[in-house]
Amino acid sequence: MDPIKTKIQTRSKETRQEIWGQLLSYAAIILIVAVVCSIFMFVASKGLATFTKDHASLRDFLFTTDWSPTTMGKDGRPLVGALPMIAGSFGVTVLAVIFATPFALGTALYMTQLAGKHGQKLLQSVTELLVGIPSVVYGFIGLNVVVPFVREHFGGSGYGILSGAFVLFVMVLPTITSLTVDSLRAVPSHYQAASLALGATEWQTMYKVTLRAALPGILTAIVFGMARAFGEALAVQMVIGNATLMPHGLLTASSTLTSVLTMGIGNTVMGTVGNNALWSLALVLLLMSLLFNLVVKWIGRKGRI
Amino acid sequence: MNPKTMNKLALTTIKVITGLVVVILAFLLGRILLQGVPHISWRFLTTASQEFVAGGGIAYQLFNSFYLLVLTLLLSLPISLGAGIFLAEYAPKNWLTEVIRMAIEILSSLPSVVVGLFGFLLFVVQFKLGFSLIAGAIALTFFNLPLLTRNVEESLKSVSNLQREAGLALGLSKWTTVLKVIIPEAVPGIVTGVVLGAGRVFGEAAALIYTAGQSASVIDFTNWNPFDAASPLNWSRPAETLAVHIWKINSEGIMPDAAAVSAGTSAVLIIVVLLFNLSARYLGNRLHRKLTSADK
Amino acid sequence: MDVGKYDLNDTEILQFDPQQTELALTTKDLQVYYGKNHAFYDGSLQFERYKITSLIGASGSGKSTFLRSLNRMNDGVARVTGQIWYRGLDVNSPQINVYQMRKQIGMVFQRPNPFSKSIRDNITFAVRENGIKEQKKLDEIVETSLKQAALWDEVKDDLNKSALSLSGGQQQRLCIARAIAMQPDILLMDEPASALDPISTLKVEETMMELKKNYTIIIVTHNMQQASRVSDYTAFFHLGHVIEYAQTKNIFTFPQKRATDDYVSGNFG
Ligand SMILES: Nc1ncnc2c1ncn2[C@@H]1O[C@H](COP(=O)(O)OP(=O)(O)OP(=O)(O)O)[C@@H](O)[C@H]1O
Ligand SMILES: [Mg+2]
Repeated sequence: MDPIKTKIQTRSKETRQEIWGQLLSYAAIILIVAVVCSIFMFVASKGLATFTKDHASLRDFLFTTDWSPTTMGKDGRPLVGALPMIAGSFGVTVLAVIFATPFALGTALYMTQLAGKHGQKLLQSVTELLVGIPSVVYGFIGLNVVVPFVREHFGGSGYGILSGAFVLFVMVLPTITSLTVDSLRAVPSHYQAASLALGATEWQTMYKVTLRAALPGILTAIVFGMARAFGEALAVQMVIGNATLMPHGLLTASSTLTSVLTMGIGNTVMGTVGNNALWSLALVLLLMSLLFNLVVKWIGRKGRI
Repeated sequence: MNPKTMNKLALTTIKVITGLVVVILAFLLGRILLQGVPHISWRFLTTASQEFVAGGGIAYQLFNSFYLLVLTLLLSLPISLGAGIFLAEYAPKNWLTEVIRMAIEILSSLPSVVVGLFGFLLFVVQFKLGFSLIAGAIALTFFNLPLLTRNVEESLKSVSNLQREAGLALGLSKWTTVLKVIIPEAVPGIVTGVVLGAGRVFGEAAALIYTAGQSASVIDFTNWNPFDAASPLNWSRPAETLAVHIWKINSEGIMPDAAAVSAGTSAVLIIVVLLFNLSARYLGNRLHRKLTSADK
Repeated sequence: MDVGKYDLNDTEILQFDPQQTELALTTKDLQVYYGKNHAFYDGSLQFERYKITSLIGASGSGKSTFLRSLNRMNDGVARVTGQIWYRGLDVNSPQINVYQMRKQIGMVFQRPNPFSKSIRDNITFAVRENGIKEQKKLDEIVETSLKQAALWDEVKDDLNKSALSLSGGQQQRLCIARAIAMQPDILLMDEPASALDPISTLKVEETMMELKKNYTIIIVTHNMQQASRVSDYTAFFHLGHVIEYAQTKNIFTFPQKRATDDYVSGNFG
C-alpha cells in the first residue's frame, strides 16, 4: 500500500506532541483556577467558623466595636466587633484615593496632552519606579518621615489613619496614574482636534472632551487604586498605631483589617476563637477584593454602552 | 473667569501637580539612598544579622531573597507559560474562558497578605512544611502567577499570526509551532515581564512573614548539599528575606542600630529592584537578537 | 458594469477522465463558511498531476478561501464541508492526520512569512522536526531547495544571517524553499509574487516551471500574464463560485462565459 497514504491515516509524533502539549497547558490553567478556588474555600471555611462553630454573631462582627475574641460578651458570644478595623480600612483607603486622584489626573493629563517625548518617557519611568518601591520601604519611610511630620503639624502621636493615608497615597498614585494614562490615550485624537478647532481652550477640551470620554477608564483606575490601598498590609501596619479601637479621628492610633491580621495570626493558635476571628477578617478582605473586581467589570460594561 | 485665564490657571496647576509627583519620587529615592548607602559596606553585606547588639549585617537575608526569587521563578515560570499558552493559543471563545480570565484577574488583585495567609494555612500548617523557603516560594508563586500569565499571553498574542500559519503549513503540530516558533519571538516580552515581576517578588514581604518565616537560620556557605539543614540551598529552612527583615526590625527590632540597619537594607532592596527594572528591557532585547539571529 | 449581472450557476468546469489523466487532487462539493458568511460555493475541481493550475478572479472572490481549505489551513477559522480527495483519501475528514497531510500538501502564503531565525534554520527547522538530523544531509537539503527556489546564489555566503534581513522578494523565495525542503507532493501558492518586483517575479516563475517536473502546483494570482505564462489550467473565481475552469490557453483566448471574458479582457467590474 501507498506509504504516504498510510502515514496520513495514522497518528504521528505530531499528534502525540499536540495531545501532550494541550494537556500541559490545560493542566497549568486548571492549577491556577484551583488555587483561586481553594483560596476562597479555605479562607471562607475558616472565616465562617467564627459564626458557625464559635457562635459569634454576624451583626456584632459588622457593627460593634469590641474586639476581644477570646473573651465572651454578656450574651455568651465571643466579642468580635470588627467595626474599628473595617472603619480603619475604609478610612485609609478613601482618604488615600481622595489625595491621590487629583495628582494622578494631573500627571496623566500632563503626560498625555502636554508633555513632549522626553517628558512622557521621564514620567513613565517615574510611575514605574514608584510602583517598584517595595511596600516595606514605604512603611519605613512612613515611620521616619510621615509619622514625625504628622505629629508635628497635625498633633497626636503621629500614628493613625492620616499617616496611613499619606503612605498609601504615594503607593496608589502610580496605579491610578498609569491606568488613567491608558484610558486617556485611548480617546481618539480627532475628538480633541474637533474641540480645539471649535475654539475651545486646551483646558476646556481636556475637561469637557478628553476627561469625559475617558471617564469609565478613570473610574476603573480609581477602583484599582482602592483595591490596592484596601489590601495593603505592612506599610499601613507600620504607621497606623495598631490599636483595635474605634478611630476617634484621623490622628489616633487605629488599625485596619490587614494590620490586625499581620500582627495577630502569629500570636493565636489555629482553631481557637481568636484565630478564627482573624480569618473572618481575611474573609472580609477577600470579599472586598471580589467586590472591587465586580465594580470594575460593571464599569467596563456601562462604559461600553 | 474668562476661559483664557481659566486655561492658564488649569494648565499651570497640572504642571505644578506633575512637578510635585516628580519631587515626591526624587525625595523618596534621595532619602532612601542618602540615608542607606553610607551604611552599605562589604561587611554589612556579608555578616549575619544581630538581634540585640549593633553591627549586624544582612548576609543571610540577601542570600535568602535571591534564592527565594529563584525558587519562585522555577515554580511560576512553567505554570504561567502553560497557562499563557492556553489563553493565547487554545482557549475557545466561550463563557468558561471568561470565567478563567476572571479568576486570574481576581487572583492578581487579592491582597498579598491573604495569599500569604492561605499559604500559611495550607502549606505551613496543613502540609506541615513549617516556615520554610519552599512554602514562601509557593506563596510568592501564587502572587506572581497572574501577572506572569497575562504577560505571557500578551507576548504570545503580539506575535503575528503569519508565523503560526507558517509552522502549521509545514506540518508541525500547533504545540511545536508555539514552543519553537512563537515563544522565541515572544521572548523579549516574556523576559521583560519576568524581570519586572522578579522586582515585585523581591520586595514582597506580606506574603512571606507567615510562609518563609521571620527568622534567618544560620547557614553554612560551604555546605551545598540541599538536603542538609544548614545548607544555603536547603529549602525547608525558615528564611527571612530583606523585605521581611525591614518590617521585622521596624515593628519589633530592639538592636540599637535598628534605624541604620533598616536604612541600609532599604537601600539595598531599592537598588536591586532598580537594577531589575533597568535590566528588564535591556535583557529582553539582547535575548531576542540571540534567539532569532541563530548564529550557531 | 454591474458585476451582479452574471449568472453564477451557469458554469463551465473542465472534467478529466481519471483513466487517462493522473489526478493529484480533487475537490467535491466544497463549501466554505466563515460563521454565517458563505464564502465559497460548490467547488468541484480536479487538479492534474505535475501541472500548474492558476486560480484567478477579483479580490474577495474566494480564491484564498478555497486554496487554504485544500490543506486544512482553514481549520478553526472557517467551516469547510464537502470532500477533498488526495491519494484515495478524503483529507477533509476528522480521521486524517492533518500534520502528515500538510507535509504532502505544502503552502506558500500571500505575504512572505519566514521565521525570525537564520536563513539556514528557516529551511532546516521543520526538516529536523521531521527526524532528519544528520548535518550533511541537512546541508544538502538547504542547498538544493535554495537552488530550486532561485535563491542560492544570493545567500549562499551568509546562511546564518537572519531571514528577516532579506528583501521581501528574497523572503518569499525563502518561503518557497522552505516549503520545497519538505518535499511535498503538491504546492499551494497564494499570490507568491504579489510582493515581488518584476525581476524576482520572473525568477519565481522560472522556479515554478522547474518545480513542475516534480510537483503539482496550484497558484492564486492576480497577474493575468503570469497565469497565462506559467499555468496549464486556469480556474476563474467570481463571488465565491468557480465560473469557468479550462486549459489556460482556452480561458484566455476562447472564454466560454461572459464573466470570464470580461475579466480576462479587463472589462470587468
Ligand atoms: N478569516 C476570515 N474571516 C471571515 N471572513 C473571511 C476571512 N477570510 C476571508 N473572508 C471572506 O471571504 C471572502 C473571500 O475572501 P478571500 O480571501 O478568499 O478572497 P480572495 O479571492 O483571496 O481575495 P484577494 O485576491 O484579495 O486575496 C471575502 O468576502 C472575505 O471577506
Ligand atoms: Mg487572497
